[in-house]
Amino acid sequence: MLNNQGRPTTPKDTGSAAHKTFTGNRGLQMEEALLFESGRLDVTGVDLDEPAPFVSRLGALERHDEIGLPGLSEPETMRHYVRLSQKNYAIDSGLYPLGSCTMKHNPRLNESMARLPGFADIHPLQPQSTVQGALALIEELAGWLMTLTNMEAVAMSPKAGAHGEYCGMAAIKAAIAAKGEGALRKVVLVPESAHGTNPATAAAIGFEVRSVPAGADGNVHPDAVRALMGPDVAAIMLTNPNTCGLFEREIVEIAQILHDGGGYFYCDGANFNAIVGKVRPGDLGIDAMHINLHKTFSTPHGGGGPGAGPVVLSSRLAPFAPVPFIKRDGDTFALVEDASGTQALGRLTAFHGQMGMFVRALSYILSHGADGLKQASEDAVLNANYVRARLADLMSLPFGNRPCMHEVLFDDTWLKDTGVTTLDFAKAMIDEGYHPMTMYFPLVVHGAMLIEPTESESLASLELFIMTLRDLAMSALRGETKRFEGAPFYAPRNRLDETRAARSPVLRWTKPAPIVEAKAAAE
Amino acid sequence: MSETRYTKDHEYIRVEGDVGTVGITDFAQKQLGDVVFVELPQAGKAVAKGAEAAVVESVKAASEVYAPVSGEVVDVNSAIEGQPGLVNEDPSGKGWFLKLKITNKAELADLMDEAAYNSFVSSCS
Amino acid sequence: MRYLPLSEDDRAGMLARIGVSHVDELFADVPTHLLLKEPLDLPRRKGELDVARQLGRMAARNVAASSVPFFVGAGAYKHHVPATVDHLVQRSEFLTSYTPYQPEISQGTLQYLFEFQTQVALLTGMDVANASMYDGSTGTAEAVLMAHRVTRRKKAVLSGGLHPHYAEVVRTQSQLASDEVVTLDPDVGATEDILAQIDDTTSCVVVQTPDFFGNPRDLTAIAEKCHANGALLIAVFTEVISLAALKSPGAMGADIVVGEGQSIGNSLNFGGPYVGLFATRTKYVRQMPGRLCGETLDAEGRRGFVLTLSTREQHIRRDKATSNICTNSGLCALAFTIHMTLLGEAGLKRLARINHAHAVQLSGLLTGVKGVEVLNPTFFNEFTIRVPGKAVDVVEKLAAKGVLGGVPVSRVLPGKGLDDLIIVANTEVNTDEDRASFVAALKEVV
Repeated sequence: MLNNQGRPTTPKDTGSAAHKTFTGNRGLQMEEALLFESGRLDVTGVDLDEPAPFVSRLGALERHDEIGLPGLSEPETMRHYVRLSQKNYAIDSGLYPLGSCTMKHNPRLNESMARLPGFADIHPLQPQSTVQGALALIEELAGWLMTLTNMEAVAMSPKAGAHGEYCGMAAIKAAIAAKGEGALRKVVLVPESAHGTNPATAAAIGFEVRSVPAGADGNVHPDAVRALMGPDVAAIMLTNPNTCGLFEREIVEIAQILHDGGGYFYCDGANFNAIVGKVRPGDLGIDAMHINLHKTFSTPHGGGGPGAGPVVLSSRLAPFAPVPFIKRDGDTFALVEDASGTQALGRLTAFHGQMGMFVRALSYILSHGADGLKQASEDAVLNANYVRARLADLMSLPFGNRPCMHEVLFDDTWLKDTGVTTLDFAKAMIDEGYHPMTMYFPLVVHGAMLIEPTESESLASLELFIMTLRDLAMSALRGETKRFEGAPFYAPRNRLDETRAARSPVLRWTKPAPIVEAKAAAE
Repeated sequence: MSETRYTKDHEYIRVEGDVGTVGITDFAQKQLGDVVFVELPQAGKAVAKGAEAAVVESVKAASEVYAPVSGEVVDVNSAIEGQPGLVNEDPSGKGWFLKLKITNKAELADLMDEAAYNSFVSSCS
Repeated sequence: MRYLPLSEDDRAGMLARIGVSHVDELFADVPTHLLLKEPLDLPRRKGELDVARQLGRMAARNVAASSVPFFVGAGAYKHHVPATVDHLVQRSEFLTSYTPYQPEISQGTLQYLFEFQTQVALLTGMDVANASMYDGSTGTAEAVLMAHRVTRRKKAVLSGGLHPHYAEVVRTQSQLASDEVVTLDPDVGATEDILAQIDDTTSCVVVQTPDFFGNPRDLTAIAEKCHANGALLIAVFTEVISLAALKSPGAMGADIVVGEGQSIGNSLNFGGPYVGLFATRTKYVRQMPGRLCGETLDAEGRRGFVLTLSTREQHIRRDKATSNICTNSGLCALAFTIHMTLLGEAGLKRLARINHAHAVQLSGLLTGVKGVEVLNPTFFNEFTIRVPGKAVDVVEKLAAKGVLGGVPVSRVLPGKGLDDLIIVANTEVNTDEDRASFVAALKEVV
């Protein structure tokens, strides 16, 4: 028998007939209840057998009350989190031009390497004789980092960039104390354009922060540093390339000023990805610099972490590196875990650092090799400059149309009197399928828009991005504010009320009061 | 008869006798955006001119409120702790922060009057 | 290079469009004599196969926990993580997204953080939790700083049962910030008189339960004395599953509860990345470090989530921030929350019972080994044993026999005369055979 049930196969144009759905879902865009609304206390997605009867040794502190943790079966768990994932933008789904954050491709080889049982399934305190391969890996990565930066030593344990800053500045404080100048040198110079972590770190270590003004060209100038330098200055914290996307062209002289005055040079290495294999921080006079493995060496950002922030140190600071560190004797590696009897500044975390990130970073580094790392830096810089060159006629560059590093900074001068703000412009990018650029940072530029395309973008991808921004820019300049002020229109949520969230914070789910439940049921 | 003076950090002080009412200006509240939190000092606290007297926060910004002149805090506006939005709605009225018993009225001479402040603000924007 | 999409033609065309003839013209701000002309003298690029071989060789030199009878704990624990967890954390949209600063397109991350915060608050018996810290040790140090802000005092008292590495992290930080720390002597039997240390200059008391040596500790009296003196009690844990078996720190009066969440959802990873859990009372929330996710509405009135109370954080408050933390442990928090969802209350409590039952079994077996003494009257899933001779040697000899039998106390607490103690952990992964192998090997080496 033939299948004779035909059906319409040419759609009618009903584009304007969109309606509110019963579920609130919009096709593939699913609404998803909170776990606490869909789960139940007696449901579990894990099969475990009750242990045979035994005599408890918990004593008087045994817990008998209800915790209140709902569970879901495995299929429900899968669906809950897959639906949540679909509400996120990600590098894997599109260009993610978040300046200063380096959202480059995350190779999956690195993920599989990090999951090898020999790395993922070893304990930080098992006998050192049983983890020689792990120690060898850390040493190998450390070797690459020291060679790429031309620095004497590297402290591997810091858990993220800010933790690395803390480590580097702590080493500086220890070095100053060792010279007997601890009571004297209390001031750290920080440019106005710095990441917020820099002044926060300096303050956490007990330094006083003194602000260095940026020049009209976006660079820090030796004269500004010289004017602030004195016997009370411990260090400068300078980001290079800086947060305006520019290489600090007088960095060598700035380092000299610090060194001549008895201070140290801390470099925020968040933007090291622009210069790997092009110039070595050690050659610039830097004493300490953290390296964000999750930026430069592409360990995944994971929605906000984990990262890793090893700190390379000059010979002047190397003795003060925290424990633990590795000592090599031929093919044998030993962990030094006890700070007593050394000049180590102490300990910054329970164990040896972010091993899972070390494996991923080394996998990335070995894949690239010295030649590939250099090429990656060049491509990142090339892509950013291409964006600059193609948008400079429409959008305003606060420091003129000069070459930038891996990211290009625009301000909002060009939007003046259009009725469109940087925020509106960024939100309209969401409707076009892009994650917004970094906005309102650095603080030295009004309405900043910091675009970092990274080396992972093809020319075709960049072209479409540029054409999209040009279309948006022309629309803004034409005064088509409707496209902007309510944006995004096509995201899982439109603009959220952050004032409400901050004025009356709701930071966890709580069981609705019974009367509310009853009312909800009646409705 | 009251007289209002202004600082370059956009605080105002409205002086009546020995006591000045301190708050942030309309320009300042607009720059901050929706105020979500204020931290006020305790009454009785002595503050020096230019020292931090209170903190005001919006969602994306935070700012110290500096004492325009030296004095002793004699009263604070606890209404804005519960309803920080008053700082946006009525900065010079219901959104005031604190009252200072002024130690040295000569310090008021360092501050701007309304005309000077208005021209200062137009140079800021 | 497989990760770089630009072709040589692309590059040439782009340089021309920019208006330069060579890429080095874009590096014009770099001092010319320092600009490297050639790649550094390091290995060149490698294909996947070569990289996998090289790293595989290194991995093969390590003894994986799952390959031997494994009883190592003392701050990190081997548990079974359901396959679903690792699948989900590798979803592109979770793995390759950034901090959710654009809430409209980050609701996935924000909602799981809200769920995570709720789970942590419930487990610890506290009002609110943050979106994670790096790990338990750095979280503990942050808790001490927070207590100093709340109390405006500068002296912390550390229990002798606190993990020695955690204590060291606190001391390092305090020395840098010129804060005072009193560390009590190592307290193997949970007999210290910490109450005597608390007075009206104390900012906080830091007590771990179960402590480093495995003893569950009653915090009630310590909390009372702290509060009578205007100090805060910081309760620390390194084994989060213990919270399902033991009275919650919140119920015992703790003001801040902080600890290591690795046991749920996360691998051992040789020490990191892990996930620090951090919870406190509502009244202290503005002094908390780290990110917080909160509920709100969007312009159409639909529920949604945003990062909130950000003015505490470094990117706004700068040198006056509550902490310098920026990147946290987002993905490890996701692994935690997924595993916790799979377990649910019923599964978590059963998992805790299995852990405890296994440890009870093992303690019985070890007590039967001549010369070996189990020191703890009470414990959850780990305890301390005394062995004849040096614990370090015993552990090495056990390793030579293919058993990873615990952590010698002297490795973590050198020079304290505690050379004959081993901390032994036992979780759901250990089988009867594992325990039998351990006991047999131990009999041979002591």
